[in-house]
Amino acid sequence: MASTLIIKDLHVEIEGKEILKGVNLELDSGKIHVIMGPNGTGKSTLASAIMGHPKFDITKGEVLLNGENVLEMEVDERAQAGLFLAMQYPSEITGVTNADFLRSAINSRREEGQEISLMKFIKELDKNMEFLEMDLNMAQRYLNEGFSGGEKKRNEILQLMMIKPDFGILDEIDSGLDIDALKVVSKGINQMRGEDFGCLIITHYQRLLNYITPDAVHVMMQGRVVKSGGPELAHRLEAEGYDWIKQELGIEDETVGQEA
Amino acid sequence: MTTQIKLPVDQQTVEAFSQRNGEPNWLSSLRLDALAKAVDLPLPKPDKTKIAKWNFTQFANHTVDSTAYGSLEELPESIKSLIDVEKQGNLYIQRNNTPALLTLSEDLKAQGVIFTDILTAAKEHPELVEKYFMTDAVKVDEHKLTALHAALVNGGAFLYVPKNVEIAEPIQAVYVHDHPGAALFNHVLVVADDNSSVTYVESYLATDDVKESVVNIVSEVIAKQNARVVYGAVDNLSAGTTTYVNRRGIAGRDSRIDWALGMMNDGDTISENTTKLIGDNSFGDTKMVVVGRGNQKQNFTTNITHWGKNSEGYILKHGVMKDAASSIFNGIGKIEHGATKANAEQESRVLMLSEKARGDANPILLIDEDDVTAGHAASVGRVDPMQLFYLMSRGISQHEAERLVIHGFLAPVVSKLPIEGVRRQLSEVIERKVQ
Ligand SMILES: Nc1ncnc2c1ncn2[C@@H]1O[C@H](COP(=O)(O)OP(=O)(O)O)[C@@H](O)[C@H]1O
Ligand SMILES: [Mg+2]
Repeated sequence: MASTLIIKDLHVEIEGKEILKGVNLELDSGKIHVIMGPNGTGKSTLASAIMGHPKFDITKGEVLLNGENVLEMEVDERAQAGLFLAMQYPSEITGVTNADFLRSAINSRREEGQEISLMKFIKELDKNMEFLEMDLNMAQRYLNEGFSGGEKKRNEILQLMMIKPDFGILDEIDSGLDIDALKVVSKGINQMRGEDFGCLIITHYQRLLNYITPDAVHVMMQGRVVKSGGPELAHRLEAEGYDWIKQELGIEDETVGQEA
Repeated sequence: MTTQIKLPVDQQTVEAFSQRNGEPNWLSSLRLDALAKAVDLPLPKPDKTKIAKWNFTQFANHTVDSTAYGSLEELPESIKSLIDVEKQGNLYIQRNNTPALLTLSEDLKAQGVIFTDILTAAKEHPELVEKYFMTDAVKVDEHKLTALHAALVNGGAFLYVPKNVEIAEPIQAVYVHDHPGAALFNHVLVVADDNSSVTYVESYLATDDVKESVVNIVSEVIAKQNARVVYGAVDNLSAGTTTYVNRRGIAGRDSRIDWALGMMNDGDTISENTTKLIGDNSFGDTKMVVVGRGNQKQNFTTNITHWGKNSEGYILKHGVMKDAASSIFNGIGKIEHGATKANAEQESRVLMLSEKARGDANPILLIDEDDVTAGHAASVGRVDPMQLFYLMSRGISQHEAERLVIHGFLAPVVSKLPIEGVRRQLSEVIERKVQ
């Protein structure tokens, strides 16, 4: 089913400080969008606010998933409506195995009595772990506990592949990865690619885009999307950095809190 | 200040009880001595908990008669679920003060293993019981409650494992508290002789019928040279029951004692768990989980004291506090002079689930020797909102997310309980209590 995620004039504050100052974006399933931008420009804030992070206050704007305002939903309801956020810093949870957690996540989308059978679950889990070149023992380890940076990122992609959301927002899924891990993570994302899946990749490196060709590229500065384009925009950023955009727009300091 | 409390039993009652059981003289006179002391001795002083007004001494009946169970098949479901009925050949079940079922495999009997209720043991194996009963690990005259215990002991079990006997299957005991007027003065004595090994697991169960009651438990574990004892317990006594429970072990040279304790009482509880590492190279490990709810007040003092060189002591306690429950977690690692190369480590973690709950973790290291290592970690905190956000962002409801975090927090200890049925029981009790 084709779906759309529309972000309209989104303003977000944290502890009284405005971080997002009117973000507008439209995502369709079947497409991969990329948000690039230097550190401190509000990218993670955007991702977290869409998912419903408890620390952020939405002061204005809407986020519509197929016409429904997700900002009125609880975090779990947003997930069940089809959103997924691969976090920049996934939490570690002692005593809860990766496998138990994933099964709870999958079953939360199913009616009582319709839970996924253990056999089917294990088959799917093994298949996806093999695809992501993960050690199968990681299924029985506590969720993210003691995982290396790279293992955590792979584990986020594993969850994406198991849960199969309509929209995946991937926040810095590429940071801290060596080249082999980067290839594996990209392979996972490309595997998800299709008519029924829309994706928003947040990164500040273009190297991920050597493996994933985006449909659209957006640049964030000062808590807004300041420029959008096709894949060629990413290449130009790679070659020339961000200064030309800042010059074009008369921005001196691109981070949040600085006015143009 | 010692307030004079009139005890509900007098010398005649104790004498008559002892006679009715046909107890040997040493036990009768130990009881009477202890009773005299109980009148004057002060209550124990658990650090940071005031217990002067708690009821440890007033109860309706010293002993009650309950119906025994004829066979495993006759057990109520609540007990059956704890036991692997097919396999469990070594089992003691006590109903209030009545020994209600006992099985011990022929194989273990033939090897000289003794497993029976404590009062029978005092008659049939007086030399062994007299030698260890409140002589070494716990002393009669420590305070009012140990003296009262010695005077009134009316239940419990004795387990003796002879030299060089290694028992693979766990030995199990279930203590059922289902009579509204029953007081429990339960004594468990485990003696593991040189080079032996054994796992003992007990469950204390109560039904809702028990309103106001007193339970006073003393467990003594003697691990002789190169012996190995694993002691598991799930305490699940009722809200109206005030419990004093003292589990102590003495570890000889090269021996090891492991405790896995699920402290799930619903009533006010004073718990002491001490391991005395007497012998060189001895090893003590305590893992404990606690869930507090309602208005209950509890104090958990865990102590490992090192005399032996190269001795190692580890304490790990995880507690969850909800409603207006309050708990003190005292952890004491003590290294005596001469215990060179000893290592004392402890960790206490408390998770608070409500504004009104209280939890206090006090790690204490007392070290009289230079050449040692020691460490402690303690924290009192709330469920991490980032963890909940993470779990919920995968579609898991807030309630389920909290449940996962709480179970996960307790899992490192729960998973250590040595019997599957008891582990399951503990998980179920936790589930019920944290709902
Ligand atoms: N939890 C937080 N508490 C306080 N300030 C925050 C928090 N998260 C982000 N910020 C602030 O918001 C701004 C944007 O941060 P972020 O969205 O993480 O940027 P990016 O992901 O683009 O690097 C920064 O100035 C940062 O200091
Ligand atoms: Mg970021």
